Amino acid sequence: MIQDNEISLIPTNTMASGGLFLGAVEINADGLQTRDLNDRLRDLMLAGKRKVIIRNVCGQRYIGTRLYSPERHRMEIDIFGTPGNDLAAFLFGHRLVVHGNAQDGVGNTMDDGEIVIEGRAGDVLGFSMRGGTIYVRDGCGYRTALHMKEYEGKKPALVIGGTAQDFLGEYMAGGTVILLDLKGQGHRANFIGSGMHGGTIYLRGSVNRSQVSEQVEISPIDEADRGILDQYVSGFIEKFPDLELIPEEVLKDGFVKLIPRSKRPYSDLYTY
Amino acid sequence: MPRNRRELYNKEICACSIFGAMNRDGERFNAAGVMKAIANMHVRGNGLGGGFAAYGIYPQYRDYYAFHLMFNGKTLQSQISAKAEFEQYLNQRFDVVHDEEIPHRPQTQLRDPPLIWRYFASPKKMGEDASLSDDEYVVRTVMQTNSRAEDAYIFSSGMNMGCFKGVGYPEEIGEYFMLDQLYSAYAWTAHGRFPTNTQAWWGGAHPFSLLDTSVVHNGEISSYGTNRWYLEMYGYACTLQTDTEVIAYAADLLLRRQRIPMEIVAKILAPPIWNAIDTMNEKEKKLFTTLRMVYGPLLMNGPFAIIIGQTGRLIGLTDRIRLRPITAATRGEMFYLSSEEASIRLISPELDSVWTPSGGEPVICELNSRRV
Repeated sequence: MIQDNEISLIPTNTMASGGLFLGAVEINADGLQTRDLNDRLRDLMLAGKRKVIIRNVCGQRYIGTRLYSPERHRMEIDIFGTPGNDLAAFLFGHRLVVHGNAQDGVGNTMDDGEIVIEGRAGDVLGFSMRGGTIYVRDGCGYRTALHMKEYEGKKPALVIGGTAQDFLGEYMAGGTVILLDLKGQGHRANFIGSGMHGGTIYLRGSVNRSQVSEQVEISPIDEADRGILDQYVSGFIEKFPDLELIPEEVLKDGFVKLIPRSKRPYSDLYTY
Repeated sequence: MPRNRRELYNKEICACSIFGAMNRDGERFNAAGVMKAIANMHVRGNGLGGGFAAYGIYPQYRDYYAFHLMFNGKTLQSQISAKAEFEQYLNQRFDVVHDEEIPHRPQTQLRDPPLIWRYFASPKKMGEDASLSDDEYVVRTVMQTNSRAEDAYIFSSGMNMGCFKGVGYPEEIGEYFMLDQLYSAYAWTAHGRFPTNTQAWWGGAHPFSLLDTSVVHNGEISSYGTNRWYLEMYGYACTLQTDTEVIAYAADLLLRRQRIPMEIVAKILAPPIWNAIDTMNEKEKKLFTTLRMVYGPLLMNGPFAIIIGQTGRLIGLTDRIRLRPITAATRGEMFYLSSEEASIRLISPELDSVWTPSGGEPVICELNSRRV
């Protein structure tokens, strides 16, 4: 059942109206509480809607979280405004685009899918992430990729246009994090990779040894790394056309690779 | 905003909402926007505390101390007798030029509201008190009242400013005291409480203030015992059973009495860790080592994000490893601090700049002209 303030757009000329999708349902989130908005999204998914546009989002949390379905429904959700904490936590394969800044906990324990943020993200971006990809145009906050992990085919990735703050990759156990520092402000995070025991962090530019924990090795990139960077950087560029970036330009600058020294960084702390 | 059923909740530790807004030109505005912003973070609180601090609201009494008093007590009669007793004490020490009940809306149903009164007074210092500064004299009055008086609490004691707080969601407290209708201030701070280890009562709500310094705080001060023991040596009595109190008194001691610049005070409350100090140059190493040696007991350990309000400025600060969020933003002459960016966007959709400071790094915003 479709609520009153939702209007099914009659098929419009998608090109003219700036990429509004064919048959997209629109929700006005103004005044909607977190639960109401997420109930609405779930109803639309179960009703087989594939494209939803949410306007006037302001602080509502867990958007896109309750969209699991055995039938593996896939939705594309366009969010206008500032979504609240834990955006797309436990995301189950959907695609979210945020036209604005996101807050803390984006992609918390995300399982699969894609999130594109046309702005910055807050703290614990990709916290305990298990799969899928998040592209963030600007920077992000503390404890990015905290305890991100990977398993067999499930390999999450974070591609960030700016830089991160302290504790980047703390307790990281898998996946790939790429910081492009497109504005050339320099990577100033400290405690990078504390307790890191899996996965890879690529930093475009350089970082001092003192900023990185002893559990992590800083090394130059090899051909295999170039392949990975090429794939994700061109993906990033495609998501943010108005940045007008040229892949070769971005890729020609030096990258450093941060990988864990061991699978059990704190083994000497324990008796066995 | 209709009062909705108080949600059953399991304990969510990372809560509490803080918000601050200031017009750098000193232009005053009512609390409607700030109330909307703090209400947007409704889920961060649990209705057991809410409050506001407002700067510039008593221009007609700008040269008098504005005491806000709470008279608790089971019955109205016991509240009135607590008030009479306090007034007898106050009149010996101050010339009271005006006093009245702080207006409130009876329709807003709140849990056992105390009798809340305000007094505009100037010190009447006699005997050996005559050598004290006015501010010092007022601090002693507040400490004596709050630690000795049975059911009387001074919860605001600054000039041309005032706190309004109690048990309820902040938007309810704002409605109760009609902050969107009766007051206009150039700076507001607000707090929605989620008490973690103390039970709720009107005096325990934030902001905590002493003279014109007010503090709203999201987090827990695990070093409360050490901080309190150190502050008691300087005459501060912690009586309001909430850890936030020590931040307000530490700020008063360091900023007012010892006149230490805020940039340094931030490095006392949230100092760099020793590993970081070891990598500094000699000059900085000496400074931060000295600060740690002299002010070790004022290190605020534990996760926190605070907004300190003072006449003419707002200060945002988090603990040194930023375990609680704070976002700063500007739009023209307006400056904002908030637990979440969305609340700022709600009242100012377009922003000139929005950023998140590092841990232990203060964000300080002052009036352009310092004309107050």
